[in-house]
Amino acid sequence: MDAINEKTIVTNGFRLHMIPTTKYKTIHFVVKFKALLNRETITTRALLPYVLRQGTENYPTERKLQIKLDELYGATLSIDAAKKGNHHIISFRLEVANDKLINETNNRSLIEEAINFLKEVIFAPKTVEQKSFDPQIVEREKKTLQHKIQAIADDKMAYANMRLISEMCAGELYEIPVYGYEKDLGNITATSAYEYYQNMLTEDDLDIYILGDFDQQLLQNTISATFQRDHQPTEHDVELTEGATIRKDVKEVIEKQPVQQAKLHLGYRTNTTFRDEDYAALQVFNGLYGSFPSSKLFINVREKNSLAYYAASRLESHKGLLIVFSGIASEDYEKAREIIELQMEAMKKGDFTEQELSETKGLIMSSLRETLDHPQGTIELLYQQVIANTKLTINEYFERINQVTKEDIIKIAEKIHEDTVYLLTAEEGQTDEENEL
Amino acid sequence: MKKMNYEMIQETVYSKILPNGLTVYLIPKRERAKTYGLFTTNYGSMDQTFVPIGEEEPITVPDGIAHFLEHKLFEKEDRDVFADFGRLGASPNAYTSFTKTAYLFSATDNIEANVETLLDFVQDPYFSEASVEKEKGIITQEIKMYDDQPDWQSFIGTVQGMFKNHPIKIDIAGTVESIQTITKDDLYTCYHTFYHPTNMTLCVVGNFEAEEMMTFIEENQMKKQFVQANEIKRSFPEEPAEVAMKERKIVMPVSIAQCTVGVKEVTTKLSAEEFIKRDLLQEIILDYYFSKAGKFYEKLYDENLISSNFSFSTTVDRNFGYSLIGGQTTEPDRFADKMIELLLSTNDDSLSEETFLRLKNKKLGRLLRAMNSLEYLANETIHYHINGIDFFQLSDIIQSLTLDEANDFLKDWITEDKLTVCKIVAK
Repeated sequence: MDAINEKTIVTNGFRLHMIPTTKYKTIHFVVKFKALLNRETITTRALLPYVLRQGTENYPTERKLQIKLDELYGATLSIDAAKKGNHHIISFRLEVANDKLINETNNRSLIEEAINFLKEVIFAPKTVEQKSFDPQIVEREKKTLQHKIQAIADDKMAYANMRLISEMCAGELYEIPVYGYEKDLGNITATSAYEYYQNMLTEDDLDIYILGDFDQQLLQNTISATFQRDHQPTEHDVELTEGATIRKDVKEVIEKQPVQQAKLHLGYRTNTTFRDEDYAALQVFNGLYGSFPSSKLFINVREKNSLAYYAASRLESHKGLLIVFSGIASEDYEKAREIIELQMEAMKKGDFTEQELSETKGLIMSSLRETLDHPQGTIELLYQQVIANTKLTINEYFERINQVTKEDIIKIAEKIHEDTVYLLTAEEGQTDEENEL
Repeated sequence: MKKMNYEMIQETVYSKILPNGLTVYLIPKRERAKTYGLFTTNYGSMDQTFVPIGEEEPITVPDGIAHFLEHKLFEKEDRDVFADFGRLGASPNAYTSFTKTAYLFSATDNIEANVETLLDFVQDPYFSEASVEKEKGIITQEIKMYDDQPDWQSFIGTVQGMFKNHPIKIDIAGTVESIQTITKDDLYTCYHTFYHPTNMTLCVVGNFEAEEMMTFIEENQMKKQFVQANEIKRSFPEEPAEVAMKERKIVMPVSIAQCTVGVKEVTTKLSAEEFIKRDLLQEIILDYYFSKAGKFYEKLYDENLISSNFSFSTTVDRNFGYSLIGGQTTEPDRFADKMIELLLSTNDDSLSEETFLRLKNKKLGRLLRAMNSLEYLANETIHYHINGIDFFQLSDIIQSLTLDEANDFLKDWITEDKLTVCKIVAK
């Protein structure tokens, strides 16, 4: 049915994943570097995507780099950083149009050009005397990252989420924010960043994904001839033995700011992660509880009580958290919190019908199929397996979802513990209107 | 049923205008797992003043009513439409823009049943006083959410700086006050006027067979009765070519200030041919200056005036058009001055043949890339259809653009009275 044809080859110090498909008009290259979260290096890692986007040996300015991309029929390059469980992942993503759909008279191969270009971006960034990034670029991009960190406070949903995680996971690796720490920026130099980057290139786990309509053998040869590094992918289990913390009393954090809408975020420990066999049951649990418009949170917080425009939950699947998030009027805090907690109690009691259960499974499978109908979605879903060090086929996972019973959900619900409640709310006596000059 | 093959981009599109006036587009893609259905009415937040169906005199309805109506169509006397789609394994959604209200689903199974659910829920309204009252709390929280978002405030603030009379200056969701006055009768009036099949387009993209799907849709529509509709009379005030305000400052508790420069591009309805030229040239020219390959982008970056969220966008729709350029900046005043200086300098600039070719190729590649997305295909098909253009000819139209056209456009693009500045600052 939805067979994803993924061919994985361990070669030249990395894993090459090829996913041939004729569904799309473009070819996708994604290169992922993965390391454990580390308080000392996080800010440098967060800075690297910005610095690397500024130029290479042959295309030494951002503008020249972009003009090259434009010449590749508007190819797109993005470099991003993400946190998955206790890992930090830097991804290079390059997307080029399929040659076949472009009326080219000369015989250039966009794929080959794209691979060489990607290699240059990763392995030949702009340097000074081959041992440092360009100091001017690094200083400028430190500002970019600093603004990015500061601007989180202007996106209240993201801010509340960050605050919840930092309160809930204080003392754990997971508290380290993906974009690093503003106060660490001062210590980073063009040389230190370059040195770290060289380490990263050799030490990080490296996965290369290529998805699209291409000749597999030809591509494999090109990649083998282009990408090489000294590294053996580690097969060891990287899950950290941070003990499951069960808080006796729920931690409540209330923060005041001049906001028009309060943000109520609740953090639960699921004590189940992506690699666990009962993860499928947790996903179905989350579907019934909060991830769809048919879920308990949406129906009760929004539809029945008109308290919010949005009220939903999502899983941090590699860490084992369930996060509830909603935007409410400040004065409705107690009421909204009570309704959210009551829904959790209802789930623990198995207060849902067999029909709701089977519809929720249908929605989850449908949304997985949709993810697999999207190039980046397919790659991200396959990469989950790398992070969790599991080898489950898509069909096996569908089967697990299918088999989840009401009892499984009640069992999973018993493992879920409320940990922290975070409320961002309006200051006392705040006026309701923004001022206009 | 009309069948169009677009060989170069490998697309086949079926279309038909049904006897009741509904326009249907079908884009089958058997290789995809997903199907996306989009049912759109040519009615948005800017349609504030109009003659209701069957009447003679124009009325003006409360701000935010099109969006309110969008919310309320999901609730029926005995059930919630979200649950109907849920049973069919589909995710429904909807949005309201200045010019359109759209209802949609995505699904991987039960495609005909989902199309039927989409058509039936939109074509069978049920509004009651109680449910209208209940929705006011939900929409109030939606408005409050936007009130805290500097990006949205910056967007709507810039639009308000450009347009003096045109109702796109009204916030799409209305205000907490304006929505309080909305009644169920208002909703029915707007519904019957604007949700007539003659004013609507259905587009389904994804995994289905075209002939069967068209028959299925036709049979569904034959079962329903609609009154005879005449052309909808909407009225819009005169809009001057120059901006309403040179500058606007909105005070919000932001960590980093924002500044957006708006270019007022269009204030009247254009012919289809003018529309598409203008649409493409605006995009190409903005890309030329403000993309990461752009010379203005490089200047702004080197002078520390922009952050990583710097962006630009441009729109032409029904009877308006604008471009927006900006983002977070620590120096909104200097950013605004520099932007105005740069934009005014474009009058004396011109593109070389080589550059223009690169920009066209980029646009083509980006178009192909965007066409991977079923959502994009459906939304653009309807958007261009409503404006009299065949979306699938876009790649040909791009290739046919000439350097002279681009340079002619550039010569008259910017005048000082078309520029507005909107700043979001903490104090």
